[in-house]
Amino acid sequence: MEKPFLFRKEKIADFMSWRNKKSQPERKEAPDGLMRACSSCGEMMEVSAFQRAFYTCVKCGHHEPIDAYTRIKLWCDEKSFDEWDKSLIGKDPLNFPDYREKLGLNRQKTQLHEAVVCGSANILNHPCVLCVMDNRFMMASMGSAVGEKITRAIERATRKRLPVIISATSGGARMQEGIYSLMQMAKTSAALARHHEKGLLFISFLTHPTTGGVTASFASLGDIILAEPKALIGFAGQRVIENTIKQTLPEGFQSAEFQLAHGFVDAIVPRKEQRLLLGTLLSMHGGTK
Amino acid sequence: MNIQEQLNRLIELKEEINNAVDQESAENADKLKLEQDFLRKSLFFQPDPWTKVQIARYSKRPNALYFVNAMFTDVIEMHGDRQSGDDCAMFTALARFLGVPVTIIAQRKGSNLQENLMCNFGMNTPEGYRKALRMMKQAEKFGRPILTFVDTPGAYPGIGAEEKGQGEAIARNLMEMSQLKVPIITFVLGEGGSGGALALSICDKLIMLEHAVYSILSPEGFATILYKDATRAAEAAAYMKMTAQDLKQNRFVDIIVDEPIEGIHVQPEKVVASFTQHLREELIQLRKLKTETLLANRYERLRRFGEVNT
Repeated sequence: MEKPFLFRKEKIADFMSWRNKKSQPERKEAPDGLMRACSSCGEMMEVSAFQRAFYTCVKCGHHEPIDAYTRIKLWCDEKSFDEWDKSLIGKDPLNFPDYREKLGLNRQKTQLHEAVVCGSANILNHPCVLCVMDNRFMMASMGSAVGEKITRAIERATRKRLPVIISATSGGARMQEGIYSLMQMAKTSAALARHHEKGLLFISFLTHPTTGGVTASFASLGDIILAEPKALIGFAGQRVIENTIKQTLPEGFQSAEFQLAHGFVDAIVPRKEQRLLLGTLLSMHGGTK
Repeated sequence: MNIQEQLNRLIELKEEINNAVDQESAENADKLKLEQDFLRKSLFFQPDPWTKVQIARYSKRPNALYFVNAMFTDVIEMHGDRQSGDDCAMFTALARFLGVPVTIIAQRKGSNLQENLMCNFGMNTPEGYRKALRMMKQAEKFGRPILTFVDTPGAYPGIGAEEKGQGEAIARNLMEMSQLKVPIITFVLGEGGSGGALALSICDKLIMLEHAVYSILSPEGFATILYKDATRAAEAAAYMKMTAQDLKQNRFVDIIVDEPIEGIHVQPEKVVASFTQHLREELIQLRKLKTETLLANRYERLRRFGEVNT
């Protein structure tokens, strides 16, 4: 009986030691290009070693956030990714002040059109439809374009009878598109319902941070839900909760480990094991190419 | 005087004018009538979005339970999500509408402070959304139409709610409701706030009161996120396109039900009559549809949101 509690305690202690460390990173000067400092423990390491460690710290194992194409490279078979709707962009339905400029700046900064990259891919020779959200683009918030790209990808997967993998990260629904953003939650969930009806597999992969409207829609609807270590995963923002209940939050609140302990995540998967696990799971739900 | 106080004052004025007329002090009555006229105009003549938000939140506005009792017979409340609890802020019941059995799902804010506190001011916990889903699945099993009444600032943001999977509970409702094989009609009464409201709004027809609002987040929350300043809520509301009229334009709302001048709280029975009429008409239409058509239309209703350029 005690075992699950011990397990949970261990996981949360693990998370806390990481978070405490995080508050005091002793950043050292990094010579450009060759060396980099861990954003959690401050450890200096060679960039090549960091990359070989799947973009995690060689000392503390901290998983640095990675962009969509890096994740696709880590997960997919070489040259197997075929991108869909690459240049699809949303409109500005509320005529929201400064929104167009903000989108322009984000496009310039990230070289992405929007906050999600979708397409078909093979993982260990198993075909799937893959959507990867990219946090650099407006916190990967979900507006019309993100919702539309994900919905189209799910619909295509349903037609082609393919499994879907979505790597989620998001600050939530995109405020600047108001009700249109809110409806993307319903739209993506309804598309998943049809995919589900056909008996097809959906793996939701939660990365740091996954919150708000994305948590309250497709990200929570996986047949299998996996998470990256120490990722922040939750519905309500921590400041909102603190303001509502007028107390500070317990340690490790809304971490991937917290979600595992409360039964909302199937497994926490370190980056170096992700490709193999995804491939294995795909192989158990349909044939190879 | 803030808007809530102005609304209160408008109710007081009616009585004071009557008194003045009774006491035959015409001068006094005229003065009061002028004040009444001024307040009426400033509140209800093309109110700006922020005024609408305040009207939608007005404490004397009839809540979901008022409509449930006024529109239906044989109302039998059902409790519990069969997993871990019973959310008081989610009222679920079986009832008859013009003799036909229906399932009612309604967000309950409570009508006095004690009830407000008990119901978290209408903010639901995961238990509430799961109770709603249980009742909706039951409705599907027995072929009953589902009627939902939306009136919430949003899902409850608390530690327990997160531990029990608030996000998952809402997501599950969105997914399941899109496939339920019975008609779903949603009434938006006051505030429809964020995912907490959306989790009851996947429907075939959405009927909204004239002064109700529906948005991605409360204007306060919206201002906090975008301007880091909750006091700029009025400014945010102006951009959010959250009024029934705005939402009709972008086809989120199918039918707007007019409220009496001075708002629904003055003569709620008028609105009950038009709700009943609309509901009757819509149910007749929706029950004619084949299940596949019903579900295809419901999917299309969601699918059309979000215009894009490719």
